[in-house]
Amino acid sequence: MTKLSVNIGNLQLANPVLTASGTFGYGEEFTPFINIDRLGGYIIKGTTLNPREGNDYPRMVETPSGMLNAVGLQNKGVDYFIENIYPRISHFKSRLIVNVSGANIDDYAETARRLHHLDNVSAIEVNISCPNVKEGGMAFGTTTTGAAAVTKAVRRAYPDKTLIVKLSPNVTSIAEIAKAVEAEGADSVSLINTLMGMSIDVEKRRPHLSTITGGLSGPAVRPIAIRMVWQTAKAVDIPVIGLGGIMNGRDAIEFMLAGATAVEIGTANFIDPSVTMKVIDYMEDYCLRHGISNINDIIGCI
Amino acid sequence: MILTPADGESLPKMSPGQFVQISVDAPDVFLRRPISVNDVDPKENTITLLIRNAGKGTTILTSLPSGNHLNILLPLGNGFTTEIPENGRVLLIGGGVGVAPLLYLGKTLKNKGFKPEFLLGARTSSDLLSIDEFRETGTVYTCTEDGSDGIQGLVTSHPILNESFCRYYCCGPAPMMKAVAKIARQNGIDCEVSLENMMACGLGACLCCIEKTVKGNVCVCTEGPVFNISSLTWN
Repeated sequence: MTKLSVNIGNLQLANPVLTASGTFGYGEEFTPFINIDRLGGYIIKGTTLNPREGNDYPRMVETPSGMLNAVGLQNKGVDYFIENIYPRISHFKSRLIVNVSGANIDDYAETARRLHHLDNVSAIEVNISCPNVKEGGMAFGTTTTGAAAVTKAVRRAYPDKTLIVKLSPNVTSIAEIAKAVEAEGADSVSLINTLMGMSIDVEKRRPHLSTITGGLSGPAVRPIAIRMVWQTAKAVDIPVIGLGGIMNGRDAIEFMLAGATAVEIGTANFIDPSVTMKVIDYMEDYCLRHGISNINDIIGCI
Repeated sequence: MILTPADGESLPKMSPGQFVQISVDAPDVFLRRPISVNDVDPKENTITLLIRNAGKGTTILTSLPSGNHLNILLPLGNGFTTEIPENGRVLLIGGGVGVAPLLYLGKTLKNKGFKPEFLLGARTSSDLLSIDEFRETGTVYTCTEDGSDGIQGLVTSHPILNESFCRYYCCGPAPMMKAVAKIARQNGIDCEVSLENMMACGLGACLCCIEKTVKGNVCVCTEGPVFNISSLTWN
């Protein structure tokens, strides 16, 4: 029997497979297709202090081997989540991780504080990398000082429990940002969020997205993500969670070889809602084929 | 395109107006393609999709040879209201490939004892899709832009719209649906439209296909694709 369990800080996951925020709703949408209890964990839609309507339509366009999106953190706010959504989804055995965003540092900290007492929220993932909102989001994630300041405030508001910080690839050195958040007490970093991109309808001579620019995801970004995970894993001592264009088990293993302790499956959920189960199956099979008794042995072997 | 489950299982029950998400196995097609249900034959255990060559994905789908296997999620979304007051008169208004879901809707209404009437528009007579099947299902009025069939002009100029109906059902290009919605509001006629906003997942997870409604932004894939115009914020 292969050991697939991995640790993110003090948080033990039954296996390295997580879902990426914004691609998995609140998990419920996927129950016709998968057994959520089998996931290492599931990271739900970005949650903010106050409700957000998100950006105008159109928010999405298909691009070569990927898609651009500009959803803009549409959600009903943390209080609505706690009162209405959490009771519906907290029974899953899999680790529930809430993604947190904010327009300013106080918002991040207050949202984290309100989530702290929820027993079945195993961790929060702080999003300092959303390219699709005007204020906040990526603004904090593109400088070491901004990233450190958010992490420090959230760490104080969310003590003892697992704190993951989701990093932006739209920076010169992602490893420097990772070191800055590690120094402020983050238990883990996840990367990469989407790459900022743009696409134009040449017949209509206007951008495909209402926001003009958006976030690129899908296999188009995978080689960049692999490189960034590899660089970051070498630069920090905390576990790195890898994501960016994972479409199958092979891709997930690639991230682990590059240094990821766990992986997040994102855009692939849109194409195959049962993909996460196939990735877990593949990991078991891969370890058997390669005579690996503990999946931790392959992490960062490159 | 006529499809039947490859594993021999029975198709789930589908309502008119619901849609499917088809996976296209081609290197430069990434996302699934949402296609509305054109017809369902429970006896033959088949579903019919009417697909227009609108881009890479649909071009590949329409060129697939018979006997091919496809990966499809179905049924998705909410369909049209098929409850109608007794002796109620309904008009099903379609433009271009937007006529697709109206055939299954018309047949369903006919099976319930109603007499659906169709107002169908297209560029030319040869673009009037499935016209014979529509004629078998109910009374058909047509409009073509070149006048090669029915009235010349857009569906909104057809005199049938001066008559009294208890509901319009409409599917077609957005400008046409908005124009029909305006007429419906002016005439005090209940009206349901089927939207086809760009979507990724079809499951309510990606939040890409949103439409502004009186309840705020909602996903067309899970809250629609059929909406009553009273819930939309169209002016």
